[in-house]
Amino acid sequence: MTTLKDLFRFSPSFRIGAIILILVLVLIGLSFFSPYEPDATRAVPRNKAPSAEFLLGTNSNGQDVFWMLTFAVRNSLVMAGLAVLIGRGIGVMLGMISGYVGGTLDRVVSSIVDSFIVMPRLPLLILIASIMRGQMTMVMLGVMLGLLDWAYPSKRYRSQILSLREREFTQTAVFAGMSTLKIVLKEHLPFLIPFLLADIVSGFLFAISFEVTLSILGLSDLGTQSIGTMIYWGNYYNALLSNRLWILAAPIGASIIIVIGFYLMSLGLSTFLDPRTRLERLQVKG
Amino acid sequence: MTLLKEFILPRLVQWFVVIFIGVTVTFLIPRLSPVNPIDQAMARLSQFQTREPEATIALRESLQDLYGLNGNFFEQYVNFWKRVVRGDLGPSFSAFPAKVTDMIGTSIWWTVGLLSISTLIAWLLGLVLGSFAGYSPNRWWSRLMDMSVISIYPVPYYILSFVLLMALTYYIPLFPLVGGGKGVPRLTFDYLLSMLHHGFLPALSIIIAAVSFRFIVSKALSSQESASDSVQYAEMAALPKRKILFSYIIRNTMLPQVTDLGLSLGTIFEGALITEVVFGYPGVGYLLFNAVNSSDYNMIMGITLLSIIGIATASLLVDLSYPLFDPRIRYR
Repeated sequence: MTTLKDLFRFSPSFRIGAIILILVLVLIGLSFFSPYEPDATRAVPRNKAPSAEFLLGTNSNGQDVFWMLTFAVRNSLVMAGLAVLIGRGIGVMLGMISGYVGGTLDRVVSSIVDSFIVMPRLPLLILIASIMRGQMTMVMLGVMLGLLDWAYPSKRYRSQILSLREREFTQTAVFAGMSTLKIVLKEHLPFLIPFLLADIVSGFLFAISFEVTLSILGLSDLGTQSIGTMIYWGNYYNALLSNRLWILAAPIGASIIIVIGFYLMSLGLSTFLDPRTRLERLQVKG
Repeated sequence: MTLLKEFILPRLVQWFVVIFIGVTVTFLIPRLSPVNPIDQAMARLSQFQTREPEATIALRESLQDLYGLNGNFFEQYVNFWKRVVRGDLGPSFSAFPAKVTDMIGTSIWWTVGLLSISTLIAWLLGLVLGSFAGYSPNRWWSRLMDMSVISIYPVPYYILSFVLLMALTYYIPLFPLVGGGKGVPRLTFDYLLSMLHHGFLPALSIIIAAVSFRFIVSKALSSQESASDSVQYAEMAALPKRKILFSYIIRNTMLPQVTDLGLSLGTIFEGALITEVVFGYPGVGYLLFNAVNSSDYNMIMGITLLSIIGIATASLLVDLSYPLFDPRIRYR
């Protein structure tokens, strides 16, 4: 909590990013008050330009683009959240195991992790998605993305833990008779949390961009509203060539805004994590 | 001898581990999925015609043979490996009986040409601009570059390329819409010129995206390096700025930069999927896209395997070249 407060105070880019993401959360919240079902077609007149009645216009299936967008953003973020949860879960666990246990186990795990870092993810995902064609739900996509995106974070935790273990305060804690579990939870975890935050942000970026890519290829669950499928269906009904730009502008704009929000947050986090700026900040405070 | 044993051997082992895991994953994915590829292919083949039952059974058997689904799990795995080692990935399903390897072989050169040139240009440009901006962060031009990069970088690549395509082929028709060249491929000046004309826009989109990423990385590295003792000492000694930048700052940030260059050259074999789809460029990415649309399973598998081998080999080469770039790493 104090980490978050510090971040908010010291980094303007983190502040702007956080505000954007809060607005996105409000948008997601609105989806629960939508007057239409998410997949109800012909609920409103088709192909209407944005107006006071239809905030972002309507699409070729007679759906209100604004309310569709609320569902799409919700589904995309839930999917990304699942991917982040699984990916970071595996990453943190493996990183901790190989960092703390060491020895042969560490060597084996590190070698596997190094292999997964270079493993090309897009072709593998396309292979999976094309085999599962039509049966890939949003939840499964999230799980898949999570299973493919854990190697790099795990390597970072391992190196962090290796350096923490060598620090003086760890030795002090050991000599003071603290139990290993307590050292890990009380002394080391506070150092790892900022890294976890930065990782979560980059995980969201990864998952959202992959969802959009797969959907544009028509490989994700096309029956569910998401940012990617909105773009797919917009292209499918030739929104661009028939000058109905608002149908595409809504999901594209939303994805750019969400990505910029996360990106600004990660920018703020990395300045915050940089040891030199950290020192400056401490001196200012003291 | 110690060089071989302690430096080269562990890296070769790592290379084998990567390829082993990659091939195993590619083998497992289709077999773990609940969808039976043979039923799918059968359904597709018998969509428009009826067949004798015997013919259907024969077709099923030949498909099973083709997919390597004969025998038990372990035998299938061994056979899969044999085929990978032989480089025989079977026929393509959408362009039967053309071989997957031959089809990849013809389109890989388009991709390699496009991506190697644009990756190198983007790497150099991003490296130099980013290092400049990191070394003197308060000049107006470095602030300007910073602002534009921050607004370009987060835009999803698909959207960036799509906007470029719309702007420069539809609204201002400067460049052709699809293809890799005009006419029959031959070695004439006209054809090479048309290749350049067709390749310009895809290359530009890749360069814009890659330069902005490289810029961010280089700026962070060089601003870290600018604060180092050696650079401050060089400044006190009043060395020319250009010399400080090129032989102190950039030289010292070379290691991670070369790693990234090597790895991104390794991803070339995966093809630039979105680029090639958006610009209709006849490379591996376009092949992959068509394979996805026609569920051409052998082709997708072939491209996946190729990209795994490409990236593993690239990271092996990068690892082996480390001592050339960083004297601190003496083949440990």
